[in-house]
Amino acid sequence: MTVPLLELKKISVSFEGFLALRDLDLVLNQGDLRAVIGPNGAGKTTFLDVITGKVAPTKGDVIFKEKSLIGQKEFRIARKGVGRKFQSPRIFENLSVQENLALAVSRPKTPLSLLMNSLKVKNLDEIQRLMSIVNLQSKANIRAGSLSHGQKQWLEIAMLVGQDPDLLLVDEPVAGLTDEETDLTADLLKSLAGDHTVLVIDHDMEFIRRLDCPVSVLHQGHVLKEGSMSDIQKDPLVIEVYLGKSEDEE
Amino acid sequence: MSIFSTKKSWINLTIWVLIIALIISAPSVLPVFRLNLLGRYLSLAIVALGVDLIWGYTGMLSLGQGIFFALGGYCAAMFLQLNSAGEFPNGIPEFFGLYGVEKLPFFWEPFKSSIFTLISIWLLPAIIAGLLGYLVFRNRIKGVYFSILTQAALLVFFNFFNGQQKLINGTNGLKTDVTQLFGQMVGSEIMQRWFFWISAVLVILAWFFARWIVRDRFGNILIGIRDDEARVRFTGYNPVIFKTIIFSIAGGLAGISGALYTVQSGIVSPQFMTVPFSIEMVIWVAVGGRGTLLGAILGAVFINYAKSLVSEALPASWMFIQGGLFILVVTALPEGVLGWIRKDGLRKLLFLIGINKKLETYPSLEVNEQGEVKG
Repeated sequence: MTVPLLELKKISVSFEGFLALRDLDLVLNQGDLRAVIGPNGAGKTTFLDVITGKVAPTKGDVIFKEKSLIGQKEFRIARKGVGRKFQSPRIFENLSVQENLALAVSRPKTPLSLLMNSLKVKNLDEIQRLMSIVNLQSKANIRAGSLSHGQKQWLEIAMLVGQDPDLLLVDEPVAGLTDEETDLTADLLKSLAGDHTVLVIDHDMEFIRRLDCPVSVLHQGHVLKEGSMSDIQKDPLVIEVYLGKSEDEE
Repeated sequence: MSIFSTKKSWINLTIWVLIIALIISAPSVLPVFRLNLLGRYLSLAIVALGVDLIWGYTGMLSLGQGIFFALGGYCAAMFLQLNSAGEFPNGIPEFFGLYGVEKLPFFWEPFKSSIFTLISIWLLPAIIAGLLGYLVFRNRIKGVYFSILTQAALLVFFNFFNGQQKLINGTNGLKTDVTQLFGQMVGSEIMQRWFFWISAVLVILAWFFARWIVRDRFGNILIGIRDDEARVRFTGYNPVIFKTIIFSIAGGLAGISGALYTVQSGIVSPQFMTVPFSIEMVIWVAVGGRGTLLGAILGAVFINYAKSLVSEALPASWMFIQGGLFILVVTALPEGVLGWIRKDGLRKLLFLIGINKKLETYPSLEVNEQGEVKG
């Protein structure tokens, strides 16, 4: 039996009495692609906050590569190999596309190294490769703030990959994207899985279906159901809290 | 990886040629009094560079740079006072006699050494800034709270220095113009000419140093911290270290600046640590152009020169002009004068009044001879 890459054990988070997460368990193995869905307020973002060290859980433990992440600083967790993409694209708007990626691929991430060493050829190649993956080569020297919304989303994903994390946490990558961009993003994430472990949070059912991977349904801070998309859609409980309503609307 | 466009380097080159021409010609053109003023303002440009690094690049508005400026000044003044204290009773600076102090306070001792003084002028403020900064940044104090905290620290230092007659002559400060250095009076014309040259050279060196810091990825991280600190953290960088380093560097620059200013103005006193003076430093950078190093230098020199000229002609009106200038910059030129020029402000203005036509594409994209966008 293989050791899981990430294991959440009975995580609870309470904000002044409000339970954002309640005894949440989740296991991800090396190379998994996993989608997490859930209605607004189900605790999806909080759950990423716990993994990345932004929020300390009230109880429970997060095990990553057989070590607990609890109490670690965000930048240390990031260096251990957890990359995160935020809900709205968060990139360095006043830097160029290339400069954004240079910061992501730089290693070690210490002041002295940034000041004294120049980027290695290996890193420069990596930047070129990342830009070609997300189709931004022609925008290399453009200020990232002037990119379109979709391009920003992709730049952030590229930065994430540039960090070379073992675990990619992707929060709503297709919010505000066109259908075509959504499909491309789904393909991109699928191609990343395998080498990396990818966890995707989203609302967009078409997108999740296209990812074609196991889905966990989060409801009121708890995993309601895990399974394939088709299993999930048949589950009466899930339909009640979530899918039923959205399908009726369609 | 450089963000230098050809246009930007042309603007820079022009300005640099002007600055160097100005500096070289100044001693033969200006009377000693004016030359001395220019030298002082050049030394203020060094503290402005530090303010630009921490505020313009890293987004931390410090209203307490006067602390480090004054510390540098006190280091220099203590050395000069000791250097010429031989003829006084007990061989210690004259003012101690006024308060019945007969023995030199212990912390004065090392300032008998010129090497110790030359190092402590920048190292002492840098260490204090680093310690203060580390405590503040580690607790994630930022934004307005950081500004208020630095201002409060400034007031603490101001009040402390004011009250210490027996240690550093309190509110009277330490005079340097009647002290001796290399057998010359520090306030003499020949010494002041030397200090002008030293200030001019150090401003340029400080610019090169600051440029080296911000030109590549280190500078980009500072900008990243300014724009989105959380992203910096999740990318695997520790913002606390970067902020501490840059705040410490700014402190060191302020110390050098304060020492040069002290020897040229002839006195250091707690007046260097008043609240308005530290705010003025921020205004120089805001007007010159924050995030542009050259802007900080130009802002410091020109605003101060304007201040002395205006104050001579129309006393009491300078405060209105300075306030107006600040309002103008905040409302119309948020990136300062140099930032405005670099961001094609002139072309946009010409377009606004109908002289120029609009460009075909983003100015940042290069267009080839056929009018097609490259890349």
